[in-house]
Amino acid sequence: MKITENEVKKVAKLAKLTLSDPDIERMATDMDAMLAYVATLASLDTDGIVPTAHAVPMANAFRTDQLRPSLERDAVMAAAPKSAGGTFRVPKVIE
Amino acid sequence: MSLIDYTIAQLQTQLRSGKISAAELCDAYLARIASVDGEINAYLTVAAESARAAALAADRDLAGGHVRPLTGIPLALKDIFVTKGIRTTCASKILTDYIPPYDGTAVQRLYDSGAVLLGKLNMDEFAMGSSNENSAFGAVRNPWNRDYVTGGSSGGSAACVAARTALASLGTDTGGSIRQPAAHCGVVGLKPTYGRVSRYGVIAYASSLDQVGPLTRDVRDCAILAQAIAGYDPLDSTSVNAPVPDYLASLEKGVKGLRIGLPREYFGAGLDPEVKSALEGAQRVLAGLGAEFVEISLPHTEYAVACYYLIATAEASSNLARYDGIRFGLRVDEGEGLNALYCRSRAAGFGAEVKRRIMLGTYALSAGYYDAYYLKAQKARTLIRQDIIAALDQVDLLLAPVAPTPAFRLGEKTADPLQMYLSDIFTIPVNLAGTCALSLPCGFSAGGLPIGMQFIGRPFAEASLLQAAYAYEQATEWHQRQAIL
Repeated sequence: MKITENEVKKVAKLAKLTLSDPDIERMATDMDAMLAYVATLASLDTDGIVPTAHAVPMANAFRTDQLRPSLERDAVMAAAPKSAGGTFRVPKVIE
Repeated sequence: MSLIDYTIAQLQTQLRSGKISAAELCDAYLARIASVDGEINAYLTVAAESARAAALAADRDLAGGHVRPLTGIPLALKDIFVTKGIRTTCASKILTDYIPPYDGTAVQRLYDSGAVLLGKLNMDEFAMGSSNENSAFGAVRNPWNRDYVTGGSSGGSAACVAARTALASLGTDTGGSIRQPAAHCGVVGLKPTYGRVSRYGVIAYASSLDQVGPLTRDVRDCAILAQAIAGYDPLDSTSVNAPVPDYLASLEKGVKGLRIGLPREYFGAGLDPEVKSALEGAQRVLAGLGAEFVEISLPHTEYAVACYYLIATAEASSNLARYDGIRFGLRVDEGEGLNALYCRSRAAGFGAEVKRRIMLGTYALSAGYYDAYYLKAQKARTLIRQDIIAALDQVDLLLAPVAPTPAFRLGEKTADPLQMYLSDIFTIPVNLAGTCALSLPCGFSAGGLPIGMQFIGRPFAEASLLQAAYAYEQATEWHQRQAIL
């Protein structure tokens, strides 16, 4: 199966990555090679096999619903590229 | 004997008796880093000031009789562990200036045990790679031969132990990232069972596979570090609440009567003759110590790499969605709105391999492809896991090569990602099965590069791995060889 450059562009949009034209070309080649390789799985009979999402059998882990201190706001905001008044600054989203 | 030649076990005695101070030990390591790390590039950040302060505090503790298992022991961490107040990059441009506001649990446990943190170690960006050539800050060079790779993704963690620029380190293993560099650098590396060590505060790559473990000079040190970091943590919902055995108590019990399985599929074509012969030599040593060998089969091994590269990339594409230029990390804003900010920040911040995996994972999870790729891989995972669990019902441990070849040359596989991925064939199945494995040196190639082997154990049977590895190590002298720097 051949992945087209248009498909690469569509996936890049979903993955929120800006790719240049040479990037797209290279990505199509690399993804093609990988997809051809993983296609070997198609030959494996998995009828009636239960999928494994997680190797250790465990149910949901619950904790008590209790108030406890979170990270210090100032320490968290110090890592933000742009902040103001203890909040993250982002470009305008709603006109 | 120079200060940097002692093991953790030896230093515990020396520090307690006052023959060596934590401060002089820390200074010896900082001096060693300053003199040789330029050739190796294992460190991304050296935390000299905080290390010296911690060493002085350790000396006060020692003088006051307040002694903990790692008091004054100088360690280093893969730069995937978030460290409060110390830059944490994950070897990515997107986190170049990131200073985390908290410590993860494994790191906290090391601090609580009295350890001195020397610094943060180079790695493949976001732990994606098998050669440590995918770092945004340059490749790590193998201390045994600087033209060769260290393996990856915990390349810095293995190299610093081999180069004696740290006494031991922590790494992470998603598809072999502790064991393979440990093998290529001639050190011991343990990948504990999934759920044994908390991942809280470890930057996520593929969450159903990632696990934290130690890299050390010998097996006893590995047991000491594993003991310090293992155990339940309510802050990691995948952490398993089961008691941690005393790893040192069973260390010297030997291998007499132990049944060890040899997976037929791991010894076929594609295994380098030197690696094969080193493994055969190890088998003879273990048989001489009283272990019994049985050939077993892991029939789905050939599907492991394909299965892994679908599951790991799918999980990575989701985990790495958090790097959006808003709350932390690199932001590229050219005034074109929020969506463009996301896309440009990620494009500028992530390296080529990270983008490749995000793209493959996004594709595998996208509408119309989910069943054929991700779901199919999860079913294959069940079969691969059943192979290993069934084999371990018949025998106590498995013995296998870690990598098909010794370390390869820098640049040799960078042009062909698929060839690079295939070098993980013997390590990936353990992660898919969620069980534990330990890599240790078992020989050298004619070119002087280390060769590693791994024991694979039942879930939560780390003690058996350490016990078998210790018996082998005591009977051989590979761990006493040193890289010349």
